Amino acid sequence: MTLEDIIQETKTFYCLECGKCSSICPICRYDPNYSPRVIVENALLGLESDLFHNGELFSCLTCQACQLKCPSDVNYPIFIQKMRLMASNDGQQGECAHSGALQSLVRLMSNPDITQRRLEWLSNGYRTSEQSDILFFVGCTPYFDPVFEDLGFQVTDVSRGSLKILNYFGIEPMLLPNEKCCGHDMLWMGDVKTFQKLAEQNAAMIKESGAKKIIFSCPECYRTFKEDYPNYAKIDCELQHITEFISGVIEENGIKFKELKKKVTYHDSCRLGRHLGLYEPPRKVLQAIPGIDLIEMKQNREKSLCCGTSAFTNCDLYSKQIRVERLLEAKETDADILVTACPKCQIHFRCAMVNKGEEKGPDIEIPVTDIVNLVANALEGENNE
Amino acid sequence: MSDFEPKIVAFACNWCAYAAADLAGTSRMSYPPNVELIRVMCSGMVDPIYVLRAFEMGFDGVLIAGCHPGDCHYISGNLKAEERVQALQRLLHTLGLEDGRLRLEWCSTAEGEKFATTVTEFVAKLKELGPSPFRIREEAVA
Repeated sequence: MTLEDIIQETKTFYCLECGKCSSICPICRYDPNYSPRVIVENALLGLESDLFHNGELFSCLTCQACQLKCPSDVNYPIFIQKMRLMASNDGQQGECAHSGALQSLVRLMSNPDITQRRLEWLSNGYRTSEQSDILFFVGCTPYFDPVFEDLGFQVTDVSRGSLKILNYFGIEPMLLPNEKCCGHDMLWMGDVKTFQKLAEQNAAMIKESGAKKIIFSCPECYRTFKEDYPNYAKIDCELQHITEFISGVIEENGIKFKELKKKVTYHDSCRLGRHLGLYEPPRKVLQAIPGIDLIEMKQNREKSLCCGTSAFTNCDLYSKQIRVERLLEAKETDADILVTACPKCQIHFRCAMVNKGEEKGPDIEIPVTDIVNLVANALEGENNE
Repeated sequence: MSDFEPKIVAFACNWCAYAAADLAGTSRMSYPPNVELIRVMCSGMVDPIYVLRAFEMGFDGVLIAGCHPGDCHYISGNLKAEERVQALQRLLHTLGLEDGRLRLEWCSTAEGEKFATTVTEFVAKLKELGPSPFRIREEAVA
């Protein structure tokens, strides 16, 4: 793939140089040197080596806010994805958070010979089955547990919450004991070789399992399966995010939830919101719980602000400023809880709150939870924690 | 696989374990030559990525050797190493790696013998476990 191909594929040549992308870009608000408009311009001028060597390619959050504003509908996230692929073939890499340990972990996981012990977080209270039409794709939460221990929550709680909900609605899903990472981070970092390996192994395992429908609790896995896998591996299943599933059940049967007297605000993650257009299902789920008062933040739905880091790359000062801005916005709504549907958004927000540092900054403390945990707590006949 | 010789990378603290390895050498104690010793200024500076990369590169075991608790040249670096190793052991366990491939040992300057026995034991243990699953892949590719 050449620069020319990427420009053709993402319709970058339609760029009018109007700069709307740079005006909406969350990075641009804080980093004066970063500009999507300039990157696109450089690409159109064919300044390949400039683009590859100044590292800005890896600053993009791929949040898609610019594409929605672009009058020419330039597909900037895909443009960045493909450019990073080229750059990584050229030996370039982003600044990986945690020294790249999370990326290394995924590369180790892509080894076809290993047998993981990834289901040890499952306790007796949850029902799963060996054979079922419905598969629950857990994602990387079992790996995040030891890494993000200091953030005051267990990332696997999101998976447990999802299972509790599925069980409540009488579904005993299959779980893949040797499930591999969906490869989202690898793809967006330009490591297509690893991504391909992961995709092929996942596709083979899913085919073998005979699942007809896959439910996700992580928007990144969902996006990767839905948008990126078709180009790399074949998956013949219906795909659904857990919020879509719950809102579907609510529509059909009108589920009664227990009352939860809480003011909440909802953070749209980039992948679930802008990338896949799922703005309403999570809101419908929240509004179905009696007592929940949903207050929107100033920037909501397609205008939602990114949590500041994607693919655990280039997490820097600007990322942190973006997170602080988002948390302040959440605080402004006067909500008791900030609800998100993406485990990684939750990790990033909690990280910003835990690592505030010594300096006196604005007060950004607000409880964060995943939508599945909120719903799991509101299920009838279950003990409220 | 009787002729299997494990590859080990050892991160040894400059102030204790590295000196202990030195002592083992000058005292002419013998231990298996399977270990590649890397001197670090403190066991607390061994980033998780060093360990993960070592496994990615096909090493069968990783040894981190630091000062006894309370003896750290930088007060608490070794305790940080301990915390980190525990998290890493959980990660590697989830990945399906056998427990015992990542080892943390306390080893003071005077404990040349302990260093030698640690390495001898570690090599024996790894011979028992066989090659790391990540190493098998490396050889299949080559």
